[in-house]
Amino acid sequence: MEQVNRSVVYDWLRHDKKFPHVWCPGCGLGIVLGALVRALVKSGLSKDEVVLVSGIGCSGRLPVYVDVGSVHTTHGRALTFATGIKLAKPELTVITVMGDGDALAIGGNHLIHAARRNLDIMAIIINNQNYGMTGGQYSPTTPLGARASTALCGQIEPPFDVSVLCSAAGAAFVARSTVYHVDQTEKLVLQAMTHPGFSVVEVLSPCYTNFGRQNVLGSHIEMMKEFKKSAVPVSRWEQMTETEREGFFVTDVLVDRQLPRYLDSYRAVCYTAARMKAEGKL
Amino acid sequence: MPKNRARLLQGNEAIVLGALAAGCNFFAGYPITPSSEIMELMSRELPAHGDVFIQMEDEIASLGACVGASLAGRKAMTATSGPGFSLMQENLGYACITEVPVVVVNVMRGGPSTGLPTNVAQGDVQQARWGTHGDHPGIVLSPATVSECFDLTVTAFNHAERFRTPVILLADEMVAHTREKVVLPEPDEIDVIDRRRPTVPPDWYLPYKTDGSLIPVLADLGKGYRYHVTGMVHDERGFPTRRPDEVGPFLSRLFGKISRQFGYLENVKSFYLEDAEMVVIAYGCMARSARAAVRMGRERGMKLGLLQLMCLWPFPRRPVSEALTGKRAAIVPELNMGQLRREVLRVNDGRTIVLGLSKTDGTMIDPDEILKRLREV
Repeated sequence: MEQVNRSVVYDWLRHDKKFPHVWCPGCGLGIVLGALVRALVKSGLSKDEVVLVSGIGCSGRLPVYVDVGSVHTTHGRALTFATGIKLAKPELTVITVMGDGDALAIGGNHLIHAARRNLDIMAIIINNQNYGMTGGQYSPTTPLGARASTALCGQIEPPFDVSVLCSAAGAAFVARSTVYHVDQTEKLVLQAMTHPGFSVVEVLSPCYTNFGRQNVLGSHIEMMKEFKKSAVPVSRWEQMTETEREGFFVTDVLVDRQLPRYLDSYRAVCYTAARMKAEGKL
Repeated sequence: MPKNRARLLQGNEAIVLGALAAGCNFFAGYPITPSSEIMELMSRELPAHGDVFIQMEDEIASLGACVGASLAGRKAMTATSGPGFSLMQENLGYACITEVPVVVVNVMRGGPSTGLPTNVAQGDVQQARWGTHGDHPGIVLSPATVSECFDLTVTAFNHAERFRTPVILLADEMVAHTREKVVLPEPDEIDVIDRRRPTVPPDWYLPYKTDGSLIPVLADLGKGYRYHVTGMVHDERGFPTRRPDEVGPFLSRLFGKISRQFGYLENVKSFYLEDAEMVVIAYGCMARSARAAVRMGRERGMKLGLLQLMCLWPFPRRPVSEALTGKRAAIVPELNMGQLRREVLRVNDGRTIVLGLSKTDGTMIDPDEILKRLREV
């Protein structure tokens, strides 16, 4: 994989203003930040063409480190602000960064409607399987049986499968990676960024401080090793039987389809409305 | 020949025409009675002009989209009623703290909760001021006629752009659904204010550093001024801060940019106040009943006057105080349990009798009821 010049990456960060970052030792968010910035550099976009939008939580703090237009919004609502920005200025590349609680619980409604609408927005969902910033409460992606600070006897609600949910809701591009698979994450982020329509990249990331300690998972390194062990690329996943898939999860590009883009349809509406108005029919 | 500018319009329609005259080019909303006509008319008008209309998945998303669009340089508006307005409170606070211009129309209906969806009420007066959490300033305007719906919507956009803050147009079901004759102003008769935009080079730019006006000059997203916007308390660069020496002055400035301009924001109309012995203080649909009551009372020899409030918040302390001075009594008819009367009592400070007249059964207070109450004094 082509390497990105480190000084260029350095230039894309608000290095003199916002570091050191707020995240815990062993957190995966820095790895996602690195992958995102390298993908942005590779995309050839200028810093003025990109807007990063986030919600609330550990992931919400990510955009502030990148030297682009960055908007840290309210909990779960990143996609609504992003929708406004993209419609107001379609020439901008709008990327939202959300956590699992942010995107799937409080923001679940906005996520499925953004996927259905198919506006050109890219969503990175960083899934650490719990609410990290508030102390490790269970989230919509906490696995059955896992402990959380609000599920001391283990989680009893089944989790969402982010990719299946987004795919069913109509997203044009859906992919999954982990922070262990750094190159793959960078590749998928770049691919999603340039894909027409609404695109989602779910990145599994360890939260050792909360999820890891409560579930006695060793250390963040052990958690990363677990990602390495359990992640199966889609090409191999398809050849596995249902029983073989037990304990593993699928990664790589899961949905890649061309769907009517909202902005194209809206431009057609504007054209028709203007013509009807001119003819006095509106 | 000048074009005939007279129209037969509903309040909701006048709000749309006022918004378009003020330069509104982005609308996001969600259907709700009794404000839906605003969204429907916007969906006809904006795409034909090449501007943006979108129906979002809920009111939270609607205001979120408006704030996003405004950050990208658009003049954005949304319209709703009680339940939707409740949902918008969080993002309203976000627009306050990030200082993003946006206009929110709340066509009041009976509450709380689903309440009386098709009936008139004025129960959101205090919510419009204090609905979102935390200390924050607020500008709230209230029209009483279809013509005022047009004018105050233009004013709402101008205040939003000038002060960089959300402005709430607090209409009610009666005003929104009344059809009456309106003579629309010529486009060149309308003053339109646009937000200030930075002129310094991007390297020197500090988004939340202000001059004597205390109002920041925020750049549109994607214009070469890369900065951070956050709902956390932030410093002059826009980055989150918890330093007491930055947090304190930040909140003081947020209030100061509005409170310094109380005089500019005052917006009242007075009728027969000069020789009045008793004064009716009213706003929104109740100003209509009040005006009729004053006229009828005068025909019967009662010396009545009316002070109509069009800017409810910041509360017009000076005109209200002047109107109360030397009067035998004042009455505040409201379609709520006395929400604005509290403010009148505060300004009155014991000088005169301030009567309340509340009605919350989904109907109007008619002029006779106001006169009857005043005769009891």
